[in-house]
Amino acid sequence: MGHIVTSGPQVLVNAQVSGGNRLLDKLDPRTRIITACVYAVLIVSFKSLVVLSCGLALSLAAMQVTNTPVKATLRRMLAMDGFILFTLALLPFTMPGTPIFSLFGYGFSIEGLMKAIDIALKANAIILMLMVLVGTLEPVTIGHALHRLRTPQVLVHLLMFTVRYISVLHQEYLRLRAAMKVRSFQLSNSLHTYKSVGYLVGMMLVRSLDRSERILAAMKCRGFTGTIPLLDTMQFTKRDKVFALMVLFFALLLIVMEWMIDTTY
Amino acid sequence: MHIVDGALSNEVVIAGSVLAAGGIALGLRKLDIEKIPAAGMLSATFFVASLIHVPIGPSSVHLILNGLAGLMLGWAAFPALFVGLLLQAVFFGFGGLTVLGVNTLNIALPAVLVFYICRQGVAARSAITSAVWGGIGGTLSIVLTTLLVGASLALSGDEFIPAAKLVFVTHIPVMIIEGLLTGFAVYLARKVKPELFAELTVSAEATS
Repeated sequence: MGHIVTSGPQVLVNAQVSGGNRLLDKLDPRTRIITACVYAVLIVSFKSLVVLSCGLALSLAAMQVTNTPVKATLRRMLAMDGFILFTLALLPFTMPGTPIFSLFGYGFSIEGLMKAIDIALKANAIILMLMVLVGTLEPVTIGHALHRLRTPQVLVHLLMFTVRYISVLHQEYLRLRAAMKVRSFQLSNSLHTYKSVGYLVGMMLVRSLDRSERILAAMKCRGFTGTIPLLDTMQFTKRDKVFALMVLFFALLLIVMEWMIDTTY
Repeated sequence: MHIVDGALSNEVVIAGSVLAAGGIALGLRKLDIEKIPAAGMLSATFFVASLIHVPIGPSSVHLILNGLAGLMLGWAAFPALFVGLLLQAVFFGFGGLTVLGVNTLNIALPAVLVFYICRQGVAARSAITSAVWGGIGGTLSIVLTTLLVGASLALSGDEFIPAAKLVFVTHIPVMIIEGLLTGFAVYLARKVKPELFAELTVSAEATS
């Protein structure tokens, strides 16, 4: 996942605010999170490839309509596809069914191919919608929204801490790597590399624990008692109602399509 | 080793989510005020560590280090690693949403097991013994994770069994490297901050 540093969202690595998003930014963040979850459950439960293709088209349309950075989002989606490609390519050969042709004695079954396409469509449709609806939120806003959705408070605090310090620790990692580089360290297939990277990780752990002690002391000095007041002005407005109705419409559309295709077979 | 949406059967997804939720709840109960900053910091550290690529033959792998996370965090590894996976899914498109529970379980359960199996050894007086136990923990966690990933796939359908076997075989080099790296990381941490693991073991026993 080294590409994250270069092509990943800068919100986490550089602690910058993501670009504005005219359509989505006026919605309640909770609406966006719940919609993404409902959509994921819905898509996973569908069986028809036609409906799933419509789902993926819907995700792509959502990306277009909401001005989400297309290139970066698709690149991340393709990176995920690269990971699962191998497993999916195996499926036609391992799934029992009617073979179309055979390769090295293994039959290539149409059922397996269908299953592979099914998984690819589901995985891409859901992750794309998740990145469009939730991934464009500011990480801290996600914490606030999850808090309002009754996520345990400690978990929300943990999320906020993690979000805050990923960028700090990434900087620290780059500093340590730079220090290794000036001592002409290069990654290679050697015990020396594993030893050096192991020490690097160990050093990061020690430093981050030291840092956490300083943070705790600083927080206590400001009266920290275990709860961080999360103030926000989230409101479920008329705009959210319209959005929810739209989501409901598309959900029903997909369900009816699935039902009609199911009965014709 | 992320599993994506749509690959697993409903039973596996639901069972995984319930178990992961239980683990997270247990982990959160062990996190008092004093430990929240440290846990958040470690969660961020492991997130950054997962960005590090290490060469392996002609290719490279990114680190997982869930064994080390378990040794440092105990049950708190569940919420800490869950947060990491959530951020990866939402912002980087890795993994999936409905399989978040299964992925958390596959990564965090080995971490907790390593914590119980190796914590005595890591807290040993000699730094070398400690490093060897750390290395065992690092390897063991990846072995367990690949087994759990394989089991999640195999339970979802027989057609996945060859893929599950393949996951295990292709991860053998990763097991070795994670073991080496964890061992060296534990060694350095022991040398720089000798009280580190002893402290964690004592506090873990006090709260459990």
